[in-house]
Amino acid sequence: MSSEHPTEGNEALFEAENLTLVYGDTPAFEGVSLSIPAGEITALVGPSGCGKTSFLMSLNRLSDLVPNCRVTGSLRLGGQDILSSEVDLIALRRRVGMIFQKPNAFPFSIRKNLTFPLQEHGVRDRDKLATLVEASLRDVGLWDEIKDRLDAPALSLSGGQQQRLCLARALALKPEVLLLDEPCSALDPLSSGVVEDLIVSLRGRYTIVIVTHNLAQARRVADQVAVFWVQGGAGRLIESGSVGQVFEDPQDELTRSYVTGQRG
Amino acid sequence: MDSLARSQRGEKLAQVVMWSSAALVSAVFLWMLSDLVTNGLGRVSWEFLTSSPSDSGRAGGIGPIVVSTLLIVSVAMVVAIPIGVGTAVYLAEFTSTESLLGRLVRRSLDVLAGVPSIVFGLFGSAFFCKTLGLGFSILSGGLTLACMVLPILIRSVEVGFREIPDHYRLSAAALGLSRTSTLLHLLLPAAAPGLAVGLVLGIGRAAAETAALIFTSGYVDRTPESVLDSGRALSVHIFDLSMNVPGGTPNAYAAALVLLGLLLLINGAASGLAHRWLGRNIATL
Ligand SMILES: Nc1ncnc2c1ncn2[C@@H]1O[C@H](COP(=O)(O)OP(=O)(O)OP(=O)(O)O)[C@@H](O)[C@H]1O
Ligand SMILES: [Mg+2]
Repeated sequence: MSSEHPTEGNEALFEAENLTLVYGDTPAFEGVSLSIPAGEITALVGPSGCGKTSFLMSLNRLSDLVPNCRVTGSLRLGGQDILSSEVDLIALRRRVGMIFQKPNAFPFSIRKNLTFPLQEHGVRDRDKLATLVEASLRDVGLWDEIKDRLDAPALSLSGGQQQRLCLARALALKPEVLLLDEPCSALDPLSSGVVEDLIVSLRGRYTIVIVTHNLAQARRVADQVAVFWVQGGAGRLIESGSVGQVFEDPQDELTRSYVTGQRG
Repeated sequence: MDSLARSQRGEKLAQVVMWSSAALVSAVFLWMLSDLVTNGLGRVSWEFLTSSPSDSGRAGGIGPIVVSTLLIVSVAMVVAIPIGVGTAVYLAEFTSTESLLGRLVRRSLDVLAGVPSIVFGLFGSAFFCKTLGLGFSILSGGLTLACMVLPILIRSVEVGFREIPDHYRLSAAALGLSRTSTLLHLLLPAAAPGLAVGLVLGIGRAAAETAALIFTSGYVDRTPESVLDSGRALSVHIFDLSMNVPGGTPNAYAAALVLLGLLLLINGAASGLAHRWLGRNIATL
């Protein structure tokens, strides 16, 4: 695992340079430069309000939906500038999927939650749809649990099941990247464990960026860790590197007290 | 001890006041209803609903008037629903609450919603009947009613859209769904309760309207052959019978009972539909 080879990473998929995001006049994070290696799991950690969610939302340009929100600096995905106004946002978001903190299945049936986005992306063939539904539910370990009630409302599932359904919904679109914003924090410990194992099982097949408040979880699942901190009224990246390096030998004093549980 | 006793007494008093005002409202409604039923029910029959009025409405039924009313309300809704939903979507999804245009449109709608219906009637008769040359007709009346119900319709549909939690829009965008399909497949169904409420309020206001229709769709009590014919609405008929026709009161009661029944029916249908489609109670929206 890369934690044993701190300097040897995969090629960078995302490259942020001097990235800043403001809501109106207030910066959420400022001057962030970070590379996110392809095929690995990168954890974003840091205290509440340090801009982790905002950073995640800049990676798929979901920040465009927030009124008065502006992103400046440079952000590349596989070498392509994704902050440019010419970027095809639909294609970008298909390539970069996202899961939110609270499970947010649509108020449709379980099946339609999966087929609706696929149909919107041009998959019309019924057999193809059925195959993709099954494959993505198997991917998240939900198939055996719910294969007999695919037409039940998605909102009747438990929180953990809904979160896995949301993951399946994103996976069905075959993204390259998955952005996970505290995907376990709204779940009970048991479901949380299931979702965490699931994320680990996706390692290598997707580039994963996961925000988590749970340092133990970051340590268990991540290859790379980026630590955000509020300094001078805006979130900043204070340290990044492999899990081994950040947890065992942090360079920054704040990181040291944070990972040892003295702050944050 | 003393203050506790006093606050308990205060609470008792508040309860009595609330209870008696609720009772008073229900009593007024029940009294009105029983008045209508005792005076009108004896005359309401299939015959009454379908036959033409005679002797200025003292005798005969209200068939042509029911037809005209339904036609006028239909014209109003066919025109108002697309414009209303379109404007509401524009206001809720494409303008922020602070933007100048959004504020301007909202303020105008609130003012329009409070304009007395007689003013709409005068406007309709000047604009639709004369300027557009539609004359006294179902079409003029329907269009005037459409103008009148649009503010209520737009505002309640807009509220329906604004009540949809943002995570719907975010998660749809994160899946790469286009704005249009998010709107059609996700937001519109989710805003349906607001739409249903707006429709009930709008239809209710339209079906019961008198002043706006006297000057636009007219008095003629024959069955209209097209929307360009004049037609008498139920409320105009009731007004005419009770004010201008000596001895018209019994039939006015019967017609009022029919109108009330119609409104209750529309209300029930809308809340039933909302319940069935959305599993939600319209009263709690
Ligand atoms: N839509 C918004 N409009 C204005 N300010 C916002 C908005 N969203 C977030 N902020 C502000 O930006 C800063 C960063 O917020 P963000 O949600 O990115 O932090 P976070 O690290 O994800 O926090 P948490 O761990 O609590 O989720 C906060 O100060 C927050 O108040
Ligand atoms: Mg957050």
